[in-house]
Amino acid sequence: MRVELNPDLCQGHNRCYALAPELFDVDDYGTAVVIGEGSVAADLEGKARLAVDNCPEYAITITQDT
Amino acid sequence: MSSDISHDQHGAPITAPVLDWTSDYDIFDPQYINDPYGIWAELRQTCPMAHTDRWGGSWLPTRYADVYAIAHDIEKFPSGNGISVVPLVDPASDGDSVPGNTPSPVLTSGVPPISADPPLHTWTRRLILPTMSPARVADYEVFTRDLCHRLVDDVLESGTGDAASEYAQQIPVRVIGHILGVPEDMSATFTEWVRDVLEFAHDVERRRNGISNIIHYLRGAIEARQAEPQDDFITELLNSEHDGEPIGTPVVMGMCALLLIAGIDTTWSSIGSTMWHLAAHPDDRRRLVAEPNLMPTAIEEFLRVYAPVTMARRLTEDKQYEGRPMKAGERILMNFPAANRDPEVFPDADRVILDRQQNRHLAFGTGIHRCAGSNLARMELRVAIEEWLARIPEFELIDPAAVTWAGGQVRGPRSIPVRIS
Ligand code: HEM
Ligand code: SF4
Repeated sequence: MRVELNPDLCQGHNRCYALAPELFDVDDYGTAVVIGEGSVAADLEGKARLAVDNCPEYAITITQDT
Repeated sequence: MSSDISHDQHGAPITAPVLDWTSDYDIFDPQYINDPYGIWAELRQTCPMAHTDRWGGSWLPTRYADVYAIAHDIEKFPSGNGISVVPLVDPASDGDSVPGNTPSPVLTSGVPPISADPPLHTWTRRLILPTMSPARVADYEVFTRDLCHRLVDDVLESGTGDAASEYAQQIPVRVIGHILGVPEDMSATFTEWVRDVLEFAHDVERRRNGISNIIHYLRGAIEARQAEPQDDFITELLNSEHDGEPIGTPVVMGMCALLLIAGIDTTWSSIGSTMWHLAAHPDDRRRLVAEPNLMPTAIEEFLRVYAPVTMARRLTEDKQYEGRPMKAGERILMNFPAANRDPEVFPDADRVILDRQQNRHLAFGTGIHRCAGSNLARMELRVAIEEWLARIPEFELIDPAAVTWAGGQVRGPRSIPVRIS
């Protein structure tokens, strides 16, 4: 599983960072970035989904590794 | 709009009775203040974009999709033409009517970024965001925790207390004062002024007094820092530049007034509603005490279900929205609280589910005006609940009928008498 974040949609709610700090970081202006390459360890998949399901700007998406 | 509107013994306005919520709603109506949930549910079914001629005319969306679309359409629905149901500074006054004070033009730049559209919105917002970043907010957590601890001490000592006026209400004003650099002994006074502006907005005299007092105070605070800089946010703003020029006193004044107005009533309302819920719902309270790892989702759930803030947009010209003719000067109420209870988006929307997984709530708005203080507010709410529950896990309402709510554009409980059980 991988997470992707569209910086044009992100408005800095920082909900992703609050719910899944292992996967997301934020800059001084609140804009979020995916940590590293965005690949999600198996034990963090739940948190990745939680971040997607709580982003009010629909800025985060999950893709499955094939 | 009249200045002689009367009030009941709790200070709530006595408005003409609303007979038809679809065509004559009033957000200052006692029923809307005390229990708006049923009204929204009905409107969502029968008339998802209600209209009223009261207060200069406005529209009230109750569906998530409409609130979302309107918040994101900043061209059609600007913030720069008014964001409050009753104007913050009415044209009849320059907002500076404190007796004995030399009048001068004030708030000429509004209260940016909330009252502004790009480009003023963009750069004023960027001046605030770093102060409210998660890293900076973590620094304020120490102060907040210590403050809550002391407040809980008082309740433990007496065994009873008011979870709204003696707890929730005491927290945000001190935290924002700490950041701005205003003395703690001003807290009660600030609280009164901000209530005058937000909760008594329908009362021209009180609103005018509130805003004048805030402006008068801030002018003094700004002048003091121009003479002698301090290590606080007011000084930081005075030293800020935009396009190579100092940002100017009117902008600093507007931004500081906004931080006070936006940071106090709102957060205290959220803390208060959550305290009320925990007092009245022992199952949820005990679950949260037993499973503290639920805190992150629980906090978002309380923000969702008791979202306190309804901002507005005001049209500069006639517009159509989904076939509805909207007139220049009319307002559209950004009904974030009702959007958060739309069953299309939130299954079992009226129920508090502490571990709700899908929760794209709009308590802090959406789009470019997303609450700049949301990290701070979320921290204050979490710390206030953690500190209380750690030492008072068992408590109850002394009398459910004694709980009072205030409303308008910011809604929350104002008195919650509780006893430790
Ligand atoms: C639970 C507490 C709070 C809630 C529910 C809340 C809610 C909101 C909402 C809904 C907006 C968007 C308004 C719009 O779309 O027109 C907003 C904007 C804003 N809030 Fe908050 N707020 C809270 C606490 C705070 C705090 C503590 C501060 C700062 C100290 C703050 C500062 C601001 C500012 C500066 C804006 C304007 C942002 C912009 O226009 O870009 N708020 N707030
Ligand atoms: S939750 Fe969404 S909008 Fe908020 S910081 Fe994360 S990606 Fe950005």
